[in-house]
Amino acid sequence: MSNLKDQVGPYFGEFGGRFVPESLIAALDELEATYNTAKNDPSFASELAELHRTYTGRPSIITEAKRFATHAGDVRIFLKREDLNHTGSHKINNVLGQALLTKRMGKTRIIAETGAGQHGVASATAAALFGLECVVYMGEVDTERQALNVARMELLGATVVPVKTGSRTLKDAINEALRDWVANVDNTHYLLGTVAGPHPFPTMVRDFHSVIGNEARAQMLDEFGFLPDALAACVGGGSNAIGLFHAFLDDPNVEMYGFEAAGDGMNTPRHAATLNYGRPGVLHGARSYMLQDEDGQTLESHSISAGLDYPGVGPEHAWLKDLGRAKYWGISDAEAMDALRLLSRTEGIIPAIETSHALAGALKLGKTLKPGSSILVNLSGRGDKDMETAAKYFGLLDGAK
Amino acid sequence: MTSKTSSVLKSNKASGKGSLIGYFPVGYPNLESSIEAAVAMCKNGVDVLELGVPYSDPVMDGIVIQEATQMAIENGFKLKQLFGAVKAITEQVDTPVLVMTYWNPVLSYGVEKFAHDLAAAGGAGLITPDLIPDEAAEWLEVSDKYDLDRVFLATPTSSDERLVNACELSRGFIYAVSTMGITGARTEVDANARKVVSNVRRASGSQNTAVGIGISTAAQVAEVNEYSEGAIVGSAFVRAYQEGGVSALTQKVTELAAGLK
Repeated sequence: MSNLKDQVGPYFGEFGGRFVPESLIAALDELEATYNTAKNDPSFASELAELHRTYTGRPSIITEAKRFATHAGDVRIFLKREDLNHTGSHKINNVLGQALLTKRMGKTRIIAETGAGQHGVASATAAALFGLECVVYMGEVDTERQALNVARMELLGATVVPVKTGSRTLKDAINEALRDWVANVDNTHYLLGTVAGPHPFPTMVRDFHSVIGNEARAQMLDEFGFLPDALAACVGGGSNAIGLFHAFLDDPNVEMYGFEAAGDGMNTPRHAATLNYGRPGVLHGARSYMLQDEDGQTLESHSISAGLDYPGVGPEHAWLKDLGRAKYWGISDAEAMDALRLLSRTEGIIPAIETSHALAGALKLGKTLKPGSSILVNLSGRGDKDMETAAKYFGLLDGAK
Repeated sequence: MTSKTSSVLKSNKASGKGSLIGYFPVGYPNLESSIEAAVAMCKNGVDVLELGVPYSDPVMDGIVIQEATQMAIENGFKLKQLFGAVKAITEQVDTPVLVMTYWNPVLSYGVEKFAHDLAAAGGAGLITPDLIPDEAAEWLEVSDKYDLDRVFLATPTSSDERLVNACELSRGFIYAVSTMGITGARTEVDANARKVVSNVRRASGSQNTAVGIGISTAAQVAEVNEYSEGAIVGSAFVRAYQEGGVSALTQKVTELAAGLK
């Protein structure tokens, strides 16, 4: 078998490609060429590594969650602490890489989409650091449920544009960013925040996040002397999951589990479990699984987590699912929120609601694994941004305290 | 392979009249009204009809068309109604009817079945804004099989190599995107339009070129026809219909067609 790790776009099996208007092809070609040149230029890698060391705070540590693990059967659970990165999530890994490429292309303006606001905040941060103009498109619904992140982006100097078309969430923010890009492609880079979209984004964004798995794999071997039996990560578009998975793809004894948002629950109509309930189609420039009706109209997804509330998924995940290399389970809002509270109370770490889907998944998964097994969870983001949602959910704001 | 669309454009060019290609979304504001509107456009000066398929994620469209197509979906448009609409229109007028559709509805329906049903309904072919020739293998095959037009896009940033390929693979005409941007009226049709058309001419001696995006006045229609085989108008027609129904739409079509000789 050839190495799964070596697979690059435009296609991952039958998934991927470039299903975009011709108007964007020249920009995608330019981006791909710039990226390929940078990838082979040691000075690019060292510049990015230095930024990660002195700005992001890499390498991120691994924390063993011993008290949390007692709720997951007889397993050990390790957390890769991407929540400790500057800006509070894994998103900065990709943003800094693409910001460097933006400078290389001589472009002065970046645009980004955001759901929960994590990618928008990371993009606004990089724009401030590099002196770039930054416009962030965010569904109007999300600007309401993530008001604090809107304020953060504006404080960082970005313009946040509430998107009022369609379902007014992440999917429509991407549509609006694509429309902006079509019109302003000469001076603007679209800093896409996940492993979806047209080639080269799925490959490039994965490469920038593969630092997560590369570090974690070495840390597990160095600090504990073994590789984990299973990986766990949440999957919306799929960037933090692929970032963790990639280094382990050719380790046959490491199983991989992605946890999608099941919203009200599996077998209910309100979910965002694209790989479980979707079918292949074309959305936002790539062929992958997506939630769609019988006419190919995109369906609205539902999740308590704005960051997982997306009816598509990156093409590499679609490929890994069909190959059987990774498995994708659904986690309901309720299961995720229980895990959020459990990690807070057993480990003193408040995770993002997105990340809590991976934690809930690890609790379920642990009970199915052989005693003594180990699970490495990507703790992709911290929960500060979710305090209002969590406080409401747990009734902490009703004067009871 | 004969393309009725191409014949219409070429003969209008030869006679010095030029062509007006008009867009209207099927199912807007409802199925019956959209058929009535489309027929009225064809009877009042539109030479080629571009019938749009409402889609949930129309990334090439500006706000006017977005709102119209979203309303069509909310009012219950179903993809299978497209073929009945094409049939109803082509039974009443002789105008070639091209369907403008994003790619996922076609994929979801089945590319071959879509082509078969479109040809059976009397449709002329497809304009595919988010399907580039590189990704179009199946469509190239079945459009040959069912003798359908296939209109790809040419843009100000398309390389010569891509233009040669797109011209070779397009049938009916190639859609020259006048400006870097999405659909919607603009006060000036970009100087880029002339550049794109001349790039297309260099890439192909025989392919028809129609210019779209931003055209909303009779003067623009006339100007574009001086150096291409047709002007494509969309948002201006949808807006006219929004403001005054079929009568306002008919008036707008008549007004813009007057830009032709």
